[in-house]
Amino acid sequence: MEKDNFAQFSGSEDYVTSEPLRNAVNVSIALGRPLLIRGEAGTGKTLLAHSIAQGLEKKLLTWNVKSTTKAQEGLYVYDTVQRLNDSRFGDKDISDIKQYIKLGKLGQAFIAPEKVVLLIDEVDKADIEFPNDLLNELDEMSFYIPETNETISAIHRPITVITSNAEKELPDAFLRRCIFHYIEFPTPELMEEIVRVHFPDIKDSLLSEALKSFYKLREVDDFRKKPSTSELIDWIRALIAGGIPHENVSKQLPFIGTLLKKESDYDYFVNNFVIRRR
Amino acid sequence: MFTDFFYILRQNKVPVSLVEWMTLMEALAKGHIKDLDDFYFLARAILVKSEAYYDQYDVAFQQYFQGVEAPEEIAEQVLDWLKDPLNRLFLNEEERAKFESMDFDELIKELEKRLEEQTEQHDGGGHWIGRGGTSPFGHSGYHPAGIRIGGQSGGRHAVQIAGERRFKNYRSDLTLDVRQIGMALKKLRQLRRTGLEDELDLEGTIKATAKNAGDLDFIWQRSRKNTVKLLLLMDVGGSMEPFAKLCSQLFSAAHSSTHFRDFQYYYFHNCIYDYLYQDVERVDAVSTLHLLHTLESDYKVLLVGDARMGPWELTERYGAINYYERNEIPGILWLKRIRDHFSHCVWLNPDDPRFWIHPTVQMIGKLFPMYSLTLGGLEQAVGKLVVAK
Repeated sequence: MEKDNFAQFSGSEDYVTSEPLRNAVNVSIALGRPLLIRGEAGTGKTLLAHSIAQGLEKKLLTWNVKSTTKAQEGLYVYDTVQRLNDSRFGDKDISDIKQYIKLGKLGQAFIAPEKVVLLIDEVDKADIEFPNDLLNELDEMSFYIPETNETISAIHRPITVITSNAEKELPDAFLRRCIFHYIEFPTPELMEEIVRVHFPDIKDSLLSEALKSFYKLREVDDFRKKPSTSELIDWIRALIAGGIPHENVSKQLPFIGTLLKKESDYDYFVNNFVIRRR
Repeated sequence: MFTDFFYILRQNKVPVSLVEWMTLMEALAKGHIKDLDDFYFLARAILVKSEAYYDQYDVAFQQYFQGVEAPEEIAEQVLDWLKDPLNRLFLNEEERAKFESMDFDELIKELEKRLEEQTEQHDGGGHWIGRGGTSPFGHSGYHPAGIRIGGQSGGRHAVQIAGERRFKNYRSDLTLDVRQIGMALKKLRQLRRTGLEDELDLEGTIKATAKNAGDLDFIWQRSRKNTVKLLLLMDVGGSMEPFAKLCSQLFSAAHSSTHFRDFQYYYFHNCIYDYLYQDVERVDAVSTLHLLHTLESDYKVLLVGDARMGPWELTERYGAINYYERNEIPGILWLKRIRDHFSHCVWLNPDDPRFWIHPTVQMIGKLFPMYSLTLGGLEQAVGKLVVAK
């Protein structure tokens, strides 16, 4: 690993990163270890992988983990039913088991002819044992297929990004092998930068008014789901589309539905802000 | 290198293992660092695996680096001089062992001497390397080097960041054992074949195909799913206050378990009477009778409470601790109704079993099998919940 390669990742056009995050990404690339990303919803955990792929011009493979996902599925699936079917009706040579081995996302990332970015999204959604089942594969970047007596090992260690919402605790052994970064909620300054990436032509007055209201709303601890970055972006898009003059933004808080997504939050907002103001 | 930092981290209860420490060493050896700021973030990314420990990390970082009067930036030429040969060097295990055994102070002195002698970049760097894997010191050792060579004082950004302790609020020693509890609850399952027929029954298919004289005949079956439905009833407030943390661990473990077919939870205070509550503040009331009518008897019931109360609160009419509850039926009868309705109930008591001699604990213990709310007790309780009756 050449050192001049180190500062590889520096964000991409539409994704603003903080320095610690850039550092964490680069360390994980340099050491070839998975990067575990955690953070409040809407802070851009998933987008990070897209941004890495874009910034480094690599292909992105996404493995969306669901509650039913098994670790094995990421490696390979042996399609026995197809083989059975072919044995009866097909005219293929069924003694070649290889054609019935379908590689999962992890497997695909391993055999890719060039380095890819592998995103394992929402790893904590799966069964509590899921991360443990992947330990060895992520560590050695290889796995064995008994059916064909083959070992698939990574030609290039993929840049692995794992996101987690901390719904479940992850096992220690798994954590030990990862580089960890917690995405903090952006500061108003960073947020301004982020918004400008999305809306380069936004008027300063509108932006500052919107940010002021947004951070004020975030200070309300009684909201069950505080508005996050993606909601702010939506809101600003609505404000621009609606042609709302900036002086009305903090006074009226139009399109509040784009910011508050839970009914109880909306009720709380109406009761405490709207009514009081009247 | 920085071995003391490792121990300071551990003293501050940051769970750092040797594996992670070696990873950090590897990263340092590759030379990814140019100043203390980088080190702060690099070490944090590698060593700390949860934002809950960021605060402890900050504290440890301060402890270790405080008083380090490092220069604003380490002099460019020193860095280049150290860095340059490094990236050509790949450390193997043996070399690493060697550099660990080197006398650090000696190296520093040597470095100092060299710095005094030279004013510009010196390709004699190779000489250092030549002495056998000593080079990593250049990077990991940059901080002492910084102190000694630079001699300029100035605030260090990374120490300042650590000093801000921005992650204080993320600190939650609370969630530490949720996983363990989750693992124990995982044993709470009974697999039944339910739902769509979406799984190939291999044996059935072979049999049917054989019968069919070799013509394929697929047999499908329902896949196995957990059929356990869990009802959690928790005592909150009052004498349960000291155990609030433990109980919320149990709750979050049960709540985040996705493998139950259904999970319901209600709160009560002291003992169960006419109403159970859906929130800890006990505002949203649900009639206990209603629950007994609507929940099937195959719900597994976990009752959590210390079972300690005044005897009259358990056995008397109007005994409820809340005067306005005016319960016509004494608590103990309500508990009996629950026990009689559901086929599997256990009581988890967070209190130390030594104190279970209390009269009401004894009485409730006769109604429900009682286990202590520890991992061991929980496992036993779960075992009790899954046995067939």
